[in-house]
Amino acid sequence: MSISITTTSPSETGNSTNWPEWFSKDQNEAWELFQSLPQPKRTDEPWRFANLKAIDLSDFHVAVPVQDVASLITRSSALTNLAAKLIFANEVLIHNDQVGLPAGVLLLPLEEAAKNHEELFRKSFMTSNVRLGSKKFAALHRAHLRSGAFVYVPKGVVVERPIEIWHWLEGENATIFPHTLIVLGEGASATVIDHFVSSRDERSLAIAVNDLTVETNAKLHYVAVQEWSDKVTAFHINTTEVGKEGVSTALQMNLGGAYVRGESDSHLMGEGSRSVMLSINPASENREIDQRTFQDHFAPRATSDLLYHNALADSSRTIFAGLIKVEEHAHETDAYQKVRNLMLSDEAEANSMPGLEILADNVRCTHGATSGELNEDELFYMMARGIAPKQAAQLIVRGFFGTVLERLENPMLQEHLGEILDKKLSTSK
Amino acid sequence: MSANSSSSLSIRDLHASIGDKPILKGLTLDIPKGEVHAIMGKNGAGKSTLAKIMAGHPDYTVTSGDVLLDGESILGLEPDVRARLGLFLAFQYPMEIPGVTIANFIRAALQARLPEGEELEATDYYAKLYAKMDALSVPRNFTSRSVNEGFSGGEKKRCEILQMAMLEPSYAVLDETDSGLDIDALKIVSAGVNALRGPNIGMLVITHYQRLLDYIVPDKVHVMSEGRIIHSGDKDLALKLEAQGYDWVEKEFGESGTRAA
Repeated sequence: MSISITTTSPSETGNSTNWPEWFSKDQNEAWELFQSLPQPKRTDEPWRFANLKAIDLSDFHVAVPVQDVASLITRSSALTNLAAKLIFANEVLIHNDQVGLPAGVLLLPLEEAAKNHEELFRKSFMTSNVRLGSKKFAALHRAHLRSGAFVYVPKGVVVERPIEIWHWLEGENATIFPHTLIVLGEGASATVIDHFVSSRDERSLAIAVNDLTVETNAKLHYVAVQEWSDKVTAFHINTTEVGKEGVSTALQMNLGGAYVRGESDSHLMGEGSRSVMLSINPASENREIDQRTFQDHFAPRATSDLLYHNALADSSRTIFAGLIKVEEHAHETDAYQKVRNLMLSDEAEANSMPGLEILADNVRCTHGATSGELNEDELFYMMARGIAPKQAAQLIVRGFFGTVLERLENPMLQEHLGEILDKKLSTSK
Repeated sequence: MSANSSSSLSIRDLHASIGDKPILKGLTLDIPKGEVHAIMGKNGAGKSTLAKIMAGHPDYTVTSGDVLLDGESILGLEPDVRARLGLFLAFQYPMEIPGVTIANFIRAALQARLPEGEELEATDYYAKLYAKMDALSVPRNFTSRSVNEGFSGGEKKRCEILQMAMLEPSYAVLDETDSGLDIDALKIVSAGVNALRGPNIGMLVITHYQRLLDYIVPDKVHVMSEGRIIHSGDKDLALKLEAQGYDWVEKEFGESGTRAA
């Protein structure tokens, strides 16, 4: 008795009981939008090079609640010294541990935030136009969304320890719509780590959205550790807005999935704001990682800095299309965009499409994509130390990703994510 | 030739080439454990090539002859296998490996020497690493820096000797370890090398200048020219080469002269 996600309206899924009435109305509108928007075509620029077969979602259905919740709680173990940990299993909150949150911080399931903090919620929940291709799928997300994490750090509050959020996916052909919404008030700071995990090796679907709002002088570290099963189709749709002198540093680590579509849209809204956009993509077998990015500068003297590293083994594919846009009046913009592809196989394919549009004066922009193979001299050097070729290659790949982790400028995160990466790389073939 | 080839690094009538170009033309040399030998020679004599060939660099082809490590031929073995058998090459130009920390790099090299399934003990490892670093005046914060990335010439060479100290090879080839070093760095590196000297290691120091041999005093000095050892002597030979250059020795012992015994 499975409920199709593409032919069943939100009012028919019974999901609306979760939400306040006004949001249920939103969901119905989103459903209509989903239905009215056409399925992406090959000729659509945002879907150039994409594997359109992978985004046919017609045989996915609504996930049912997970039975063995206890084992997922046990498996949700990463950092120990946390401010809080939320665990969702198929979009149901199964664990809520808030040990070290300073007063005033709100960490709630989304539906509760919509009920009790409507104004805050409305101000930051999916307010931007989804413009990198997945508008239709974002509408589907909004229509079927059942829960998610709402993080609000008020003005001046510093959350020292990280907040960890787990999103578990379970069920053959099941779909979840993970959502993380983060608002940092003026001068606030926080570190949030989202974990996206499959409980079993199943073909399923995740359409994830995150909204990051970083207000004046606030400082956010956001990391998405994506470890879906190798059969999962996943969308990760991000919007980041950074206010005056605010800093957002966000990393997407794609360690799993069969087809992963990432869209990252950074809005540099305030003068002197900064957005660091990072991604680590070890691709192997037939994995396809399709990433579209936008660095949109609205204010003067802002900086955006994108660094994506792809290591491609076997018959994997990556697509990168990124646009830097410097709007009128965004003078003295610094915008950087760098994509590096480390080709580990002759069958792998990397597509890179950097782009630039400048409407202001006195700006500094660089963009570039490079592709290269393992450096033979580095390999020889390592082998001359006794390291076998396979381990040497692994170490070089690890180092290639390590240079991205360094850009987090956060030793704790660097070490923690390095360990996750080590585990992933040592278990892959 | 050494009577006891079972505890020496022994190069026998080695011929090798890169592409069609012969580089080594019948080189014979024997480095017994416990001794330090130096090879000197002009640029282009093939000194660095010899080091790379011993380590198993894929660009070179050995056409005849042999290299024996404690009596066993290592030709045909992969570079990593040679290293695990106890051969160490300190590179003239150590590679930069972005994103790989020195600590993780040396750790991987030590891990590679353990039997499958056995894990390196982290506390012992760091204790040993720090002790060796202190001895070589390598700042401790180097452990978290990427291998050789942004290092000065002296830092790179100290890092090579640090690796050698950690891996404890039975034979070490030091390829122009003095190049790019100022006198202070040279003293530190030499002290590091001297501290590793002993009955359990044989060393081959390749250098262009006699200066290094003031600090690492060799048991024997060999002169290399056109892919062969043309003359051998004790440490005074290095002084003579420094004072008089290479021309006399090439004239006397080289292609046109008498072959060295």
